[in-house]
Amino acid sequence: MNKFFIMMGHTYRNRVKSKSFLITTIITVLIIFGLTNLQQIINSFSSDEEEKTVAMIAENEDWIESIKQQMGTNQEVAVETYSGSLEEAKEKVEAGDFQSVTVLEEAENGLPQADYYANQVANTGTSEPIRQALQQLKVQIITERANVDDEVLQQISAPVAFELNALEESAKTAEELNQTRGLVYVMLFFMYFAVMMYGNMISTEVATEKSSRVMEILISSVSPVNQMFAKIIGIALVGLTQYGIFILVGYLGIQQSKNSGSGSLLESFGLTNVDPLTVVYALVFFVLGYLLYATLAATLGSLVSRLEDAQQIVAPMMMLVIAAFLISMYGLAQPDAAFITISSYFPFFAPLTMFLRVGMLDIPIWEVLLSIGILIGSIALLAILGARIYRGGVLMYGKSSSLKDLKTALQLSKKEK
Amino acid sequence: MQRMTLRLDNVTKKFGSFTAVDDLSLEIPEKQIFGFLGANGAGKTTTFRMILGLLDQTKGSISWNEGSIGYDQSHLIGYLPEERGLYPKLKVQEQLIYLAKLRGMNKSETVKELDYWLDRFKVPEYKNKKVEELSKGNQQKIQFISAVLHKPKLLILDEPFSGLDPVNVEMLKKAVVDLKEAGTSIVFSSHRMEHVEELCEYLCILHHGTPVVRGRLKDIKRSFGKKNIRVHADFDTAYLEQIPGVTKYKPVQDGCELEVEAENISQEVFRELQGKGFVRTFDLEEPTLNDIFIEKVGASYE
Repeated sequence: MNKFFIMMGHTYRNRVKSKSFLITTIITVLIIFGLTNLQQIINSFSSDEEEKTVAMIAENEDWIESIKQQMGTNQEVAVETYSGSLEEAKEKVEAGDFQSVTVLEEAENGLPQADYYANQVANTGTSEPIRQALQQLKVQIITERANVDDEVLQQISAPVAFELNALEESAKTAEELNQTRGLVYVMLFFMYFAVMMYGNMISTEVATEKSSRVMEILISSVSPVNQMFAKIIGIALVGLTQYGIFILVGYLGIQQSKNSGSGSLLESFGLTNVDPLTVVYALVFFVLGYLLYATLAATLGSLVSRLEDAQQIVAPMMMLVIAAFLISMYGLAQPDAAFITISSYFPFFAPLTMFLRVGMLDIPIWEVLLSIGILIGSIALLAILGARIYRGGVLMYGKSSSLKDLKTALQLSKKEK
Repeated sequence: MQRMTLRLDNVTKKFGSFTAVDDLSLEIPEKQIFGFLGANGAGKTTTFRMILGLLDQTKGSISWNEGSIGYDQSHLIGYLPEERGLYPKLKVQEQLIYLAKLRGMNKSETVKELDYWLDRFKVPEYKNKKVEELSKGNQQKIQFISAVLHKPKLLILDEPFSGLDPVNVEMLKKAVVDLKEAGTSIVFSSHRMEHVEELCEYLCILHHGTPVVRGRLKDIKRSFGKKNIRVHADFDTAYLEQIPGVTKYKPVQDGCELEVEAENISQEVFRELQGKGFVRTFDLEEPTLNDIFIEKVGASYE
């Protein structure tokens, strides 16, 4: 057991000290920091911008006054009445004095219509406020003509009251659902990236030791099973370290943006008050999912003899992860779909889909336990099989990297007595 | 029976239908150097892997110290694999500490031993260099150190001298002999006959997984029967080939080399040389291991 820890420590230290680890961690930390402070960053850029002036030409000065009132709340745009000719106004737009010029005319039915001139019309962000103000002006004119009360007008435009109520007592309320959906969402991403990154890390770790042929010395002093799990746990610790840093940075970032009062990311994900049981499930399924995929990755890694082949042989595993990811993404909208239920008993999908069901539906505890049981069972099975393949695989040096090697590896480690 | 004897009884290893080692029985005594000879693919590495427990034998049993070799004994065993392998990116000291730890040695002990061995191999400056920066021969020295650092009782060396220059070969040979003197049982393989001849008292020649010759080097040579004669003379010696009992004739500069069936034929050859002219050298030699190897292994190719 002592050797197990020596090996685990070695794997961990080596990875954490490596350049690639430092670089990915730093870059991700920067991205997280950027995301959590996105609002402030956007604000700090846009507050520098000057107020834009848009010109308006109209026969009816009242209309312009009305539009000025409508747009008074918009701080970025100032409306100016222009009394010169359209040609002069256009020249000023080209010179950059005005952002745009709008010509208001009265149509035959007495309603306003307008022509909008700007250097570019790709950015609807500048023309849209004007269009909306004009739209309101039009509604105003029509209602005045029809003698409609303001009160009636407000009633027409108010949204209808529509509330979702679940009849089953223990079913999740809409609010709860939103919260777990947020957690499931975050968990799905964590899981996906964990398997992608650390699964790959494990298989390259094994393949590196094989290609540098140090493996033969290692397996003569430490048993393959110990070796395999020392790596899996060692890399898991690397993952914990990395995720720990990410979460810490994310938390600090959120705290900071909270202080500045610009709304927190946690709230938008609905993570402010989550059922603690859901968090426990998240951890359980995360750990089991990691172990399952990590064992598979180590097994696959032991089959190749060159680093370049490692990527190739873990490709099928990546497909599984991606499939699981896509299924659960779909499941977010429709957690009670039949194929979500079925896939929650399939070991490679279960960590994501069963967690999704637990979080979003009200399912009997035995179903959860069954799924966890299946997961643990398949991990054990994979570990036994993996250890045998590993034992044979690490002595195997061939060019090919097909799954046919599985058989050869098993043959090499076969006990015939 | 000695305590630390390594015994192989009727060991057979099959890979599918291919037999890599066939019915091999050996006894490797304590404090001896045991040589494995064999052409490429003869089953030497497979045998070593079975001894180490990396592979399971199909039939037969392997015992050491009257028990089987397991991972709990790995601190008593040193192994130098045929394919050299170290972590290319790690510094010499770092990785030897790691590898020695896995063999149950603590750090301060390792550093002390490492300094001793680096000094002995005259490469103390490599201690803090990365392995990938070293030349192949120097990497091999480091690999050798990793196999002996923890003072194993049983040392298995798979082709320890391949790819080294003569100076380094001597250095390593000396180290192997010293380890033997200190009480280590050493098993090594080679296809360099002169190394085996020089170092081993016991040996075994494998051919296609079958031991064709095994035992004490002296006994093997004696029982081989054939002798070599070297003749340097100023006249043509081709007629010597016609003498009954001469099995091989090879002309060389200044004379010829003969192989005779038995010792007494040499006297016949000696008589035939009389009165023909000036004879500079007449030398009766023991057969070399090389001759035995070629005879035993080469013959069965035909």
